[in-house]
Amino acid sequence: MQNNGAFQENAKRAMADAGLQQAMHRAGPHFVARRTAAVARLPEFEALREAGKEIRNHAIANLDFYLETYAAAVEASGGVVHWCATAEEARQEILSICRKAGAKTVTKGKSMVSEEIGLNEYLAAHAVTPVETDLGEYILQLREEGPSHIIAPALHLGRAQWEESFRKSHTDLPKDRVFRERRDILTEARGKLREKFLAADVGITGANFLIAETGSSVIVTNEGNGDLTQTLPRVHIVLTGIEKVVPTIEDTLTLLRLLARSATGQEMSVYTTFSTGPRRAEDPDGPHEYHVVLLDNGRSGMVGTEFQDMLRCIRCAACMNHCPVYTAIGGHAYDSVYPGPMGSVLTPMLVGVENAAALPNASTFCGKCESVCPVKIPLPNLMRHWREREFERHLTPPLARYGLGLWAYFARRPTLYRLATRAAAVSLGWLGRGRGHFGRLPFVGAWTRTRDFPAPQGDTFFAQYAARQREARK
Amino acid sequence: MSRDSILGAIRRGLKRGALPADQKAMLAGRLAAHPRQIVPARGMLPLEERVTLFAQFIEREFGTVARLGRLDEVPGAIAAYLAEQNLPPALAVSLHPLLQSIPFEHAAQLRLRFGTTLPSDEVCLTQAFAGIAETGTLLMPSGPTRPTSNNLLPDNAIVLIEAVRIFGCYEEAFDLLRAQGAMPRNVMLITGPSRSADIEQTLELGAHGPRRLHVLIVDGAA
Repeated sequence: MQNNGAFQENAKRAMADAGLQQAMHRAGPHFVARRTAAVARLPEFEALREAGKEIRNHAIANLDFYLETYAAAVEASGGVVHWCATAEEARQEILSICRKAGAKTVTKGKSMVSEEIGLNEYLAAHAVTPVETDLGEYILQLREEGPSHIIAPALHLGRAQWEESFRKSHTDLPKDRVFRERRDILTEARGKLREKFLAADVGITGANFLIAETGSSVIVTNEGNGDLTQTLPRVHIVLTGIEKVVPTIEDTLTLLRLLARSATGQEMSVYTTFSTGPRRAEDPDGPHEYHVVLLDNGRSGMVGTEFQDMLRCIRCAACMNHCPVYTAIGGHAYDSVYPGPMGSVLTPMLVGVENAAALPNASTFCGKCESVCPVKIPLPNLMRHWREREFERHLTPPLARYGLGLWAYFARRPTLYRLATRAAAVSLGWLGRGRGHFGRLPFVGAWTRTRDFPAPQGDTFFAQYAARQREARK
Repeated sequence: MSRDSILGAIRRGLKRGALPADQKAMLAGRLAAHPRQIVPARGMLPLEERVTLFAQFIEREFGTVARLGRLDEVPGAIAAYLAEQNLPPALAVSLHPLLQSIPFEHAAQLRLRFGTTLPSDEVCLTQAFAGIAETGTLLMPSGPTRPTSNNLLPDNAIVLIEAVRIFGCYEEAFDLLRAQGAMPRNVMLITGPSRSADIEQTLELGAHGPRRLHVLIVDGAA
């Protein structure tokens, strides 16, 4: 995990990584443009955001009731619910289900909660082979890397890296085969994974939503990998967080209208699937066992705190797609399962703020994340709460504390503040009157090393504001 | 037990114990009434406009559509589609009464096998329980006459839908589903053929599910 120094080092390395920068330039504008277009096609989008926020707030305010109702509905449909307070409990429960099923291989749909609890490493260490089936997660598993984005996990990779990894891992295929286009890479993965789907004993998926009314888990994919994962093996395990529960199908539909548009700019993802219990007596296919592993792992501790709003999150990734910090450095620099603005709020809760001190500071507070969030989470405010806690607990670096102290001294003395800023503005303005900017200035070397500092043009904001007020009164 | 500790922690956070009976009853009432939230205007069109919008969205999402007057035109339409796509005239067909009632003798060259698809099947014909115009989405529940695998395994999915089953919004389709009884084990909402943009954020069709989705909209009976 991250202290400030490590994060800054990662960020620098990311900025200097040409391949990564190319990937970020490809992805960033694409997500933003597609979301903007999708929102423009649906006049009700803003009203839906408000409705989505209300539904999630209502669910969290009655989370105990809806979880109990949901669990009862799962059991009524023949499923089993496993309540897990910690990541360790969830790993053990899943391993125990796999062992009872005599599972050798387990196929997996994309699940961030599975990343959160380090499930793959754990299963592999206990003689169960996990196989990621989402195309992006599959190549990351081959490369032994973590996802760099919560819905486009391999966003940081280029085509050459795909080809290289496939050649290295799929050694049974001809060495001299040619990948003429991206489709050839996809076709090879499809063939490889189809064998895995048919052979797996257990399928593990996440859930985008849990429906209290029906006891259903809902997943959303474009590939269909989640559906094959939960349809073909004998046992289906749903692994998800306790905050995912919503009351009814109608509430879920409202959130679905927000999810894909916010995430990829699609009107709807290709496959949105509601699963309710195991195969019925008369069903020709589907799993014989249906388990839900409900993970807390710090979530219940957010209820009733200033971070409760974060529990509304539906994991669409709009906040990171629109974040100037994320789009500059990519997800890996955060060194956290959940990157970007939502990760900067959530991660300190999951791993302790002392282990993620850099993350709430990895923001310019431009507010874009909040403005695109489908459930209106005040992300900058929540990051600010973490910064306050860091300051209280002396996790902020000494120089930053000293700087804040110095600023606070002046800020509490308005006359002195105005005098000092005026003196600075006038003298800098005079010194820079020739060129209009400075190439170098004392104390701000880190700034002027890579860009010029503009010379103040005229008076301070306070002085100009006062002058305009006087003008208006005339 | 973790169940009690999790629920206890949530209640401590909410600064209350378990909900009192009257509040529980209120929430149970909301579940039973399952009120609709905001339905977009484009999800509330009259039938003919619905069908048009439904077809437009399917095509926008890289599916194809053929509109047929009667059920007995289906065999010819399927044979023509398979020939056009250079596919063998063979298909698996879900064991659904409507699909069984298709007069397949009109296209004698088609080789049919009714039931659940095998991994070797290239083409499958299924029936959609409902269509949803607002996004060109097909609602495919599981059940004895609707194996889930048939929606997923074959490279080419052909889906038959009666025009009267095309609704404006998701809510209407789910109302119809609710009227049939308990929630089926699996309900898929399918919008276009399978795809992935994981390789350099560039869209490629046919990731794990069907590469092609062809929807036959049938207006009348046989």
